[in-house]
Amino acid sequence: MSLVNIAHSNLPTREQRLGSIVSFEGLASELAELSRSGRLQDRPRSFTQVSSCASSCAICLLSLIQDAAVVNHAPLGCAGDFSMFNLVNRYGLVKRGQTPANARLVSTNLNESDTIFGGAQKLEQAIRDAYERFHPKAIFVTASCASAITGEDIDAVADQLEEELKIPVATVHCEGFRSKVWTTGFDVAYHAILRKIVRPPEKHRPEVVNVITFWGEDVFSELFNKVGLEANLVVPFANVERIARLSESGATVQMCSTLGTYLAAGLESIYSVPEVKAPPPYGLAGTDAWLRALGRAVHKEQEIEELIASEHEEIGPELEDLRQQLKGLTGYVAAGSVHGHSLASVLRELGMNVAGGCFWHHDPKLDHGDPAADSLEHLVKEHGDMPVSICNKQAYELINQLRRMKPDVFIVRHPGMAVWGGKLGIPTFLVEDEHFALAYRGLLRFGRKILDAVNNPSFYKHLAQHAKLPYTDWWLQQGPGAFMKEAE
Amino acid sequence: MSATVGQPRQFCTLGGQQSVVAIERAIPIVHGGPGCSGKIFGGMSFFNGFQGSGYAGGNAVPGTNSCEKDIVFGGEQRLREVIDGTLKVMDGDLFVVLTGCTADLVGDDTATVVSEYRERGVPIVHASTGGFKGYNHLGHELVVKAIIEQLLVPAKAINPTLVNVWSVIPYQDTFWAGNLNAIRELLEGIGFEVNILFGHDSGGVAAWKRIPEAALNLVLSPWVGLSIAEKLQERFNTPYLHYPVLPIGAVETTRFLRTVAEFAQLPFQPVEDFIVKKEGHFYHFLDRAADFFMEMRWDLPGRFINISDSIYALGISRFLVNELSLHPAQQVVTDEPPEEHREDIRRHFAELKETVSAEVIFSNDSDTISRQLRKKGYDLPPLIIGSSWDRDLAREMGGFHLSIAMPVMDRLVLDRGYVGYEGGLRLIEDIYGSVLGTY
Repeated sequence: MSLVNIAHSNLPTREQRLGSIVSFEGLASELAELSRSGRLQDRPRSFTQVSSCASSCAICLLSLIQDAAVVNHAPLGCAGDFSMFNLVNRYGLVKRGQTPANARLVSTNLNESDTIFGGAQKLEQAIRDAYERFHPKAIFVTASCASAITGEDIDAVADQLEEELKIPVATVHCEGFRSKVWTTGFDVAYHAILRKIVRPPEKHRPEVVNVITFWGEDVFSELFNKVGLEANLVVPFANVERIARLSESGATVQMCSTLGTYLAAGLESIYSVPEVKAPPPYGLAGTDAWLRALGRAVHKEQEIEELIASEHEEIGPELEDLRQQLKGLTGYVAAGSVHGHSLASVLRELGMNVAGGCFWHHDPKLDHGDPAADSLEHLVKEHGDMPVSICNKQAYELINQLRRMKPDVFIVRHPGMAVWGGKLGIPTFLVEDEHFALAYRGLLRFGRKILDAVNNPSFYKHLAQHAKLPYTDWWLQQGPGAFMKEAE
Repeated sequence: MSATVGQPRQFCTLGGQQSVVAIERAIPIVHGGPGCSGKIFGGMSFFNGFQGSGYAGGNAVPGTNSCEKDIVFGGEQRLREVIDGTLKVMDGDLFVVLTGCTADLVGDDTATVVSEYRERGVPIVHASTGGFKGYNHLGHELVVKAIIEQLLVPAKAINPTLVNVWSVIPYQDTFWAGNLNAIRELLEGIGFEVNILFGHDSGGVAAWKRIPEAALNLVLSPWVGLSIAEKLQERFNTPYLHYPVLPIGAVETTRFLRTVAEFAQLPFQPVEDFIVKKEGHFYHFLDRAADFFMEMRWDLPGRFINISDSIYALGISRFLVNELSLHPAQQVVTDEPPEEHREDIRRHFAELKETVSAEVIFSNDSDTISRQLRKKGYDLPPLIIGSSWDRDLAREMGGFHLSIAMPVMDRLVLDRGYVGYEGGLRLIEDIYGSVLGTY
């Protein structure tokens, strides 16, 4: 049976498909071994702080498709993240030299009477409103806890409106309570794209490589052009037509398989677009391996070898210099699973110590099931072992770790967590553009950024002198995993 | 509530979470899905002037992260676990459990769970804020009333100079910290002791426990907070004064101070002395910059359009008309005031001044708003004072724009405020700064 069943509007969560977990304390090597042997189990926490849900991840990706619209079938609080995606949209357009514009998002604004009498009519109206307002090429309907608990049949409404409006109207089952792994939201968004947007290929375009990304700058085209390939970045800032033709490309690569596992696997299993199964292109070793795997997939081994050699030569002297300057410094990384492994690799390649990593969840395998792409294993093998926490944004655990580790720099990829490093006086920055540290030039950019952070820590020192932490002294003396229970 | 909402300017009842965060050393506990609290934080705090986590907001908020199991079997036991952990881990003086859609729809008996802790002496209350119940204006009132009902006891004696203030909503008003501080300074300036209740240096739970001691509750908004004052009158017999206009600039602030002073029967002279001093400062700077107002306003006054909640739309309209001689176009009120308050709000806009009135649209949907506003022709570029959502509309209409209402994504806001004499000066600076920055 195919990995991806597009006959059905919904799909199993990450925990069901991949055995993903959100809690672990131990060594990276132990986590990798448990993952490989299939013995990895989640240990629920009794005390938790608020996390994130699948709906934000789904709305994020879909609202950044430039000629699609998103209808959020929910009370108005679920639209709390519209502002963020709007800013990301405007910022991304400006960075791409285009006129900033507001994102195409509406809410059905469910209220108490809708929870009793049903909100189907409101949903119909909102889909028609979205069509009239934005003239989109596709509409995505995202579900919510409220719409799911009250048993709303959003698929029926979407099918009816699809017929009426003659554009794809896709449901996205991203209700927050369904999965404790918020990246399930990426999967359901890609599922909607695979079901309703991607068409069978009309022609084959072997030179085009799909690159599954967030909103980061295009650092791929420059690299790919050198070997006669064309980078096709999706889905944010792409349009519906470009996404519809994903099936025609020569291969699919990812900068973070935590993000793109489902889409890449879907394109391979339905349309035979080969997924390049390698750890992501961060650090010398990672980028070399990733490019070689790409070269094999598109039959450009020789060109890729030449590219690798010339890039190594190009960055060599400055990299050596950076390594001298960064030597002896210790970093701590907190990021989404695979991206976290990548950032930890980058620090080690820059000659730094890595005190540990805090990753928001862990997938013991990816959708394609091939261990060749295991970024955690790559990290351990290439760069050695390190302490790892798996923690779905539990700030109380993180702060406990940071106080113990006392790193020289704290590097975060995810809003809301960086502040706790800063309040402890640790020079801290958020990796806003996920491609900032990517490939060879990224290694240098990232090294220079870290040097800037540690060479002028005034802001953080003053902040720590005045910030009050909301934690009891008792807690700060416990081990970070004190509230993890035994596996159920 | 209107149907489809594009570009939301308020969020759901769970927004009351931010009112808890605004109380010093108070800690919200969210019994809801894993994403609710973060979405509220993003919408009301981070992407609204980049207000930030504060002491125990953002990712520090304890929460049950309800999952499928809690929906099917109920989430009361899970809530107990999280409250137990909170009491060990979090360093707070007041805990407020807020429910999301999940807990309220499956019917968890949150009130009973929370009352068990209260009976053990834990300072903890519960507000039922499932998002489908309404907007964050209601959420704010629900949180305040929960604390009043579940925590406060009648005072032994009334403090004749103590006043509790119920005005702008923390975090919903991007400038709440500065505004509340200005209200406090104004009232202290004429002789009150002020219980401002929210924000830095507001006294935390100790100040909240003094609410019944106050001689007066002051409601400084068109409607939000009125039901709080009514509740306090019913519970503690405290009289209240409803002053519907947020006082911005000299004309309105002076009128406000005289009204409160008269209501509370404060001695006349000190109040007038304070007013004279403050007006002197205010008009000194208008006088000094009078050249600007004569010579540089060639494409202003056009018409001004407020797109904001009723507190700001009314307060700013009164200020621009009565202080700067500007003229209003249609005004948009976005907080969907309850029906019983709409007539009063319409009347206030109709009577901005004897010779100047404005029509009001009540809507929280951007498309409805922009369709209405585009219908009119304007001789000169209009000035839109609204949220960051309205930047594109202003550009399309060839107008000017200033973001002052949620969500504010194009400004960083620290302690700036627009209330009072100095607040009026700040608003003038910001409006004309934005106009001049266009070129």
